Amino acid sequence: MSLLWDEEVAKRVDRLELPFNRRGLDPYGISKKDLTRWFSILSWLYKNYFHVTVEGIGNVPPRGRCMLVGNHSGGVALDGAMVLASMLLEMEPPRLAQAMVEKFLNLIPFSAQWTSRTGQLTGLPEHAERILRDERLLLVFPEGARGTAKLYWERHSLVEFGSGFVRMALAADAPIVPFAFIGGGDAIPTVMNLYKIAKLFGAPYIPVTPWLLPLPRRVPLRILYGEPIRLHGSPSDEDAAIEALVESVKQRIAALIIRGAGAERHHETRALP
Amino acid sequence: MKVLIPGITGRLARTVATKLHDAGHQVLGIDRRPWLNAPKDIEVFQIDIRKRAAEEVFRKHRPEAVIHMATVTHLTVRNEDRFRINLFGTRAVFDHCAHYGAKRCIFVGRHTYYGAAADSSLYHGEEDPPFAMTTFPELADLVAADLYAGSALWRYPELDTCVLRMCYTLGPSVSGTLATFLKAQRVPMVLGFDPLYQFIHEDDAADAICLSLEKKLRGVYNVAGPQPMPLSNLIRAAGRTTVPVPEIALKLAFGRFGLPQLPPGAVAHLKYPVVIDDSLFRTTTGFNHKHDEDQTIAAFRSVAG
Repeated sequence: MSLLWDEEVAKRVDRLELPFNRRGLDPYGISKKDLTRWFSILSWLYKNYFHVTVEGIGNVPPRGRCMLVGNHSGGVALDGAMVLASMLLEMEPPRLAQAMVEKFLNLIPFSAQWTSRTGQLTGLPEHAERILRDERLLLVFPEGARGTAKLYWERHSLVEFGSGFVRMALAADAPIVPFAFIGGGDAIPTVMNLYKIAKLFGAPYIPVTPWLLPLPRRVPLRILYGEPIRLHGSPSDEDAAIEALVESVKQRIAALIIRGAGAERHHETRALP
Repeated sequence: MKVLIPGITGRLARTVATKLHDAGHQVLGIDRRPWLNAPKDIEVFQIDIRKRAAEEVFRKHRPEAVIHMATVTHLTVRNEDRFRINLFGTRAVFDHCAHYGAKRCIFVGRHTYYGAAADSSLYHGEEDPPFAMTTFPELADLVAADLYAGSALWRYPELDTCVLRMCYTLGPSVSGTLATFLKAQRVPMVLGFDPLYQFIHEDDAADAICLSLEKKLRGVYNVAGPQPMPLSNLIRAAGRTTVPVPEIALKLAFGRFGLPQLPPGAVAHLKYPVVIDDSLFRTTTGFNHKHDEDQTIAAFRSVAG
């Protein structure tokens, strides 16, 4: 088994219930080969480096449209990568989560190629609608880049949530599975962010850790999936009504963070307005 | 039905003309280029569509339907004349249709209308705006012609106007933008980018156009064929070699080292996908492509080598 090809991972990719053609490509351009290579690396990190533990995986429906919504932390999207890995490695049958990624990733060589072959699309509403309409699994971090920009001491907090995901869930009549990701800010403890230099690259910021580069250290990571939420309302409801629904989802995630981060840390956890 | 096809000498147009002729329609054509070996009863008027003589063809023959395929890309016409051909030609076609009693006019456009950009939608619906102009100015006139054709829907409401935005065609004629790009043994790519490419077999494209006529389509429709595939896969399946080049070097290398001559804006089309959602056309007409991607590429290779 080479680092870039794990046979067990290949078997799980084969079992994904997606319309791959005989070239191993689906209508989004997702490639079985690229998924296997990528998840082979992630699987090693998931099992051997971070020892990720998962609770509540049964809350994620085995098929059909669904939106995974959780807290974002850790400089670069380590949490996203581990959630994707948990969906492939722990779900029965395996599922591919498709995340909404920052626009600038498409501007960078190789990065653009990787995101499109693994189904991670630019965060546009039409992409989210399509993923849900196609009965796929959408991964959303409503805190966006504000979330991953959290500094170490803010790692268990929740910053402002965008409200688009709620309107999207209502329009698509898709259940939301809230999750808490614990340890992102420990693995990549950001001590400061460089915003001005990042602009040169079209990126929102560049995270700086005590060892300068945002390379993750070996800490245990936990993902807690909560019970699905079925929102009631209309996607064209006024902001006030939508914000109330956003707040309800945020509180569910906050409760999962408290449970996951442990009682002694709950004073660090606050749901900021 | 009497059908007039401006641009009839083009490879795809000839296929459309032949299919309509074989189905029993009376087919006429207007083109500056001659069509040697045209079927005997297809009359081709060797005229510029913008000239008065072209109007006389409408006046005299009163076609019931017109299929406008007389637009050109920057690959065939590299100068300012292209704007005039595409815009004035399109105006002439629609004005003549309206004045001389045609019932329907189909404008055959291109999916590159939508443009290629890092933050554009993966699957373009007909409502998406054209981003082509900022990144690829050589496509501006085709975008304008497409929009101008669409405006006939309100300017001439009694005319059934149909705008088809068709993805790249590929096949044994080895003609068209994609075929020209794939002809060379070494095909450039921008290092680190591998966008999806969408294409349809020429025969299926012609069938789609004929079906639009038969179904009396009105409105704007995307037309595509099999599932899109990454450019690298397409190049290899076509028996060619990929040549990944850093973007900066690529713009300088166009037209040299055996690479095709392309304008700088074409680089965006080598980095980002232009993929269209054709579900509206399929559900409205019942269209289904007959050739999958492998058969389409094989048809291209059977002649291109």
